[in-house]
Amino acid sequence: MFDFKKYDQQQKNNFVLRVIVAALFALCCFVLLSFRFWVLQVERYEGLSARADSNRLAVVPIAPRRGEIVDRNGEVLARNYLSYTLEVVPAQAGNIDELFDALTPVVFVSASEQRRFRRRLAESGKYASIVLRNNLNETEAAFFSANALRFAGVQLRARWVREYPQGKSAGHVVGYVGRISEADLAMLEERGETGSYRGTDVIGKKGIEKTYETALHGRPGLEELEVTSRGKPVRVLRRVDPTPGSNLVLSLDMGLQRIAEEAFKDLRGALVAIEPATGDVLAFVSQPSFDPNLFIDGIDVESWRLLNESPDHPLINRPVYGTYPIGSTYKPFVALAALELNKRRATDLISDPGYFEFGGQRFRNSGSTAFGTLDMYRALVVSSDTYFYSLGPEIGVNNLHDFMKPFGFGQLTGIDIEGERRGVLPSTEWKRNAYKTREQQRWYAGETISIAVGQGYNAFTLMQLAQATAVLANDGVYMKPHLVRAIKNPRTDEQTLTVASAEHKVPLKKENLQVIKRALAEVTVSGTAAGAFSGASYATAGKTGTAQVYSLRGANYQSSSIDERLRDHSLFMAFAPVSDPKIAIAVIVENAGWGGSVAAPIVRKVFDAWLLRDKKTVPVPVRQTNATVPETSRMAVTPRVTP
Amino acid sequence: MKIILRVVFRCLNSIDWPLMLILFLLTSVGMVVMQSAVGGTDARFADQARNFYVAFFAMWIVAVTPPQLILKFAVPFYVLGVVLLLAVMFVGDTSKGATRWLNLGITRIQPSEMMKIAVPLMLAWYFHRREGTMKFLDLCFASLLLLVPFLLIVKQPDLGTAILVFGAGFFVIYFAGMSFKLLVPVMVIGIIGIGSVYVNQDTLCDDNFDWKVLHDYQKHRICTLLDPSTDPLGKGFHIIQSTIAVGSGGIYGKGYMNGTQTHLDFIPERTTDFIFAVFAEEFGLYGCVTLLVLYLLLLLRGLAIAVRASNHGERLLAGALTMVLFIYVFVNIGMVTGILPVVGVPLPFLSYGGTALLTIGIACGILMSISKYRPPQT
Repeated sequence: MFDFKKYDQQQKNNFVLRVIVAALFALCCFVLLSFRFWVLQVERYEGLSARADSNRLAVVPIAPRRGEIVDRNGEVLARNYLSYTLEVVPAQAGNIDELFDALTPVVFVSASEQRRFRRRLAESGKYASIVLRNNLNETEAAFFSANALRFAGVQLRARWVREYPQGKSAGHVVGYVGRISEADLAMLEERGETGSYRGTDVIGKKGIEKTYETALHGRPGLEELEVTSRGKPVRVLRRVDPTPGSNLVLSLDMGLQRIAEEAFKDLRGALVAIEPATGDVLAFVSQPSFDPNLFIDGIDVESWRLLNESPDHPLINRPVYGTYPIGSTYKPFVALAALELNKRRATDLISDPGYFEFGGQRFRNSGSTAFGTLDMYRALVVSSDTYFYSLGPEIGVNNLHDFMKPFGFGQLTGIDIEGERRGVLPSTEWKRNAYKTREQQRWYAGETISIAVGQGYNAFTLMQLAQATAVLANDGVYMKPHLVRAIKNPRTDEQTLTVASAEHKVPLKKENLQVIKRALAEVTVSGTAAGAFSGASYATAGKTGTAQVYSLRGANYQSSSIDERLRDHSLFMAFAPVSDPKIAIAVIVENAGWGGSVAAPIVRKVFDAWLLRDKKTVPVPVRQTNATVPETSRMAVTPRVTP
Repeated sequence: MKIILRVVFRCLNSIDWPLMLILFLLTSVGMVVMQSAVGGTDARFADQARNFYVAFFAMWIVAVTPPQLILKFAVPFYVLGVVLLLAVMFVGDTSKGATRWLNLGITRIQPSEMMKIAVPLMLAWYFHRREGTMKFLDLCFASLLLLVPFLLIVKQPDLGTAILVFGAGFFVIYFAGMSFKLLVPVMVIGIIGIGSVYVNQDTLCDDNFDWKVLHDYQKHRICTLLDPSTDPLGKGFHIIQSTIAVGSGGIYGKGYMNGTQTHLDFIPERTTDFIFAVFAEEFGLYGCVTLLVLYLLLLLRGLAIAVRASNHGERLLAGALTMVLFIYVFVNIGMVTGILPVVGVPLPFLSYGGTALLTIGIACGILMSISKYRPPQT
């Protein structure tokens, strides 16, 4: 018993030793753990804390509200409305086919919307939020909300959508927004502006929407959210409100714009009306027009085909993109050049036998009418080609070029709309650069003769003609033409004028201007546009013109026997009232034939609307636009050049 | 009346009050952390409370049972366990690639769980029987008794439980008198082994490299531990996110119920194996060290009971069970803080789970039983 006890004691001591070793081992392990705590919670605290924050925080951009576009009287051309949109994050939504099947009884999604969704899915990947349906109505939105839990990854969102309440009217001016394309993204990247487009999915594509993109867009805000590991927002930690885009006040008057557009009826053409003193563009017509609303969500294939393949080219912005030989509407400027450059006095008499002979060639008057002996005044009133043919060589092409340039002919007017073309203001230097072979580069004296009557190499936009008319009306003061009159701060309503002062002044002698203006005024009284302006209560200065589309060798022009699209363009330039011009205008009606019969009546309507707008209660008797034209002017049709 | 008082006295007297105090503190911490981990209203909180009641009741039942009687259960308990493990191997239920459960019709049981108690009990019983006549052969037989269930569990595979079963058996053998001459070289080899794995991780973790002894998923876990960033969204996610949670707690913690990693779902398994990350994030370094101290007190109390036990078998059993609790704590916290691979070992008193709590309750019950039932002093 004693032995056993002793043994037991020895074994117990042995056990205690082992317990102590085990306890020390455990203690070491705990110290190791404590050391690990210290490493993580003290030494690496900053880094791990930051990672915990980046785990839980998500910054979501808030798109700014795009600025509105209104006309000079506050009539809205572009605005935003709140629309419910169904968006899908494909990565969270699972199988897309199953999703569509499940959604169908809740919210109708058409086949074309499904196709569009798949196309965007292929483009932007499955982690982006892709619009499935736009413009859900209140009922649909409410119905979806009630069933929302069933659809993971599908979100109902309210977002601002662009709308153009004027439809086709002024479509080319306001332009449209569209989804940001790859090309837009590349452009934004180049400008370093991608940041301000986070959360925005549209950008100005055409018209004012494009040229004033920066002002209209505004600056995005942001929302810092706390999110779960699945990205579900829990609460908002911080919010920076977006800065809405600036509102634009156009110089356009929508009332006038509509009258001008209606005056075109079904005809194709362009019209630009400018307030000479300010450069405000009062009306800007390109007919036919298009409805910019079609483009907002991406135009459908059928509509696009119709617009794009139409022989009327409704998408072309005619006033700035179409270049034409402007025909006789060029004559007032050529006459002014002759006076200013002292090449011919207004009283100098020229004999017009119906043609002008130069280097053995005959340049005929239109219809070969002989006007007899003419001074400058008479030549403008009856639109004698021979008078101006003879001026060509006297002035010389380069002198003419230098004189016309400050009026804006063959130059970019700098109007605030994209897609403006320069056209051609011919000179010997221009020809050298424009052609390849020696033979082509040579300037022939005969070419100057066509140029003096607005034909030949001359190729101007209607915008340039309108601007030159405004400069003439404004006695040489060049106000940069503009469609946007002021940019309005959306918060303070403070307006900033886009064009506040004159660009430059063409030095012109008063007496010379007087000669031209008097002659142009007579045109609407007894000249080629007399019919259109008979009975007007204000004095108008104007000049008709006809631009050739199809040249006939010597033969008589018979409009009825020529394909409609090869007929001449009808032109008219004018300003009124003559003594204190409030409006200057240029109009072209494509393939409409003689200027006095089609283009001038359109101008009459516009002038009446603008100049008599305060006297609307007292209707002024106006004769029908297709009134009979006096004998003299009927024959004084613009020239047909025989090279 | 007198009888009732005696019964009450008997009940109270069977409790080891210092151990009970520690258990009470740990349970309180466990319930508080669970409340945060489940995020307010969740059935799991109530479930866990019920689990604690069941565990404490089981503990008390065991505590009032004399240790001699407990040791008598060793052989049948052990044999039953091994038979059930064999049954699992042939007819067990498989889920997530592991065959761990037996379907008894009414409920599913996990026989490996009972081996955490059965193995040390069996070994303690065996050494108690062979007391005084210990030979090298006994050591070999004991090792066999340990290795059979261990390998059966590894085969399932269930590395976490296998480690705990092995640890329990190993500590019995160690306390029984395994020679230090044998132990020290094993430890040295182990340290060198781990060191070489760490140094050669690039080769070892190559996709084409076959580890032979371990499953692919186990290899993956170890490789992920060595460099969690290789698999940030898969296996590495657990380690990365729990490390962030622990670290971002800083010294003072983010405050109770304010852990962002916890409440925004970034901690996977946050009520079970990774609940320590919840605790560490909200209570910081102070909290972590305090919790470790509580576990250390539990450990010391357990070892003290072992030292004062009345006979050899009880000593071994108490010592081994205490060390199992230590392994639980070390492996779990080591895993959550990213110094040990991810193995399924719960944290005693904190992790959600009825079975694990029941096992721990029984282990504590045995400790109390050993603590209170002393033979009359001679």
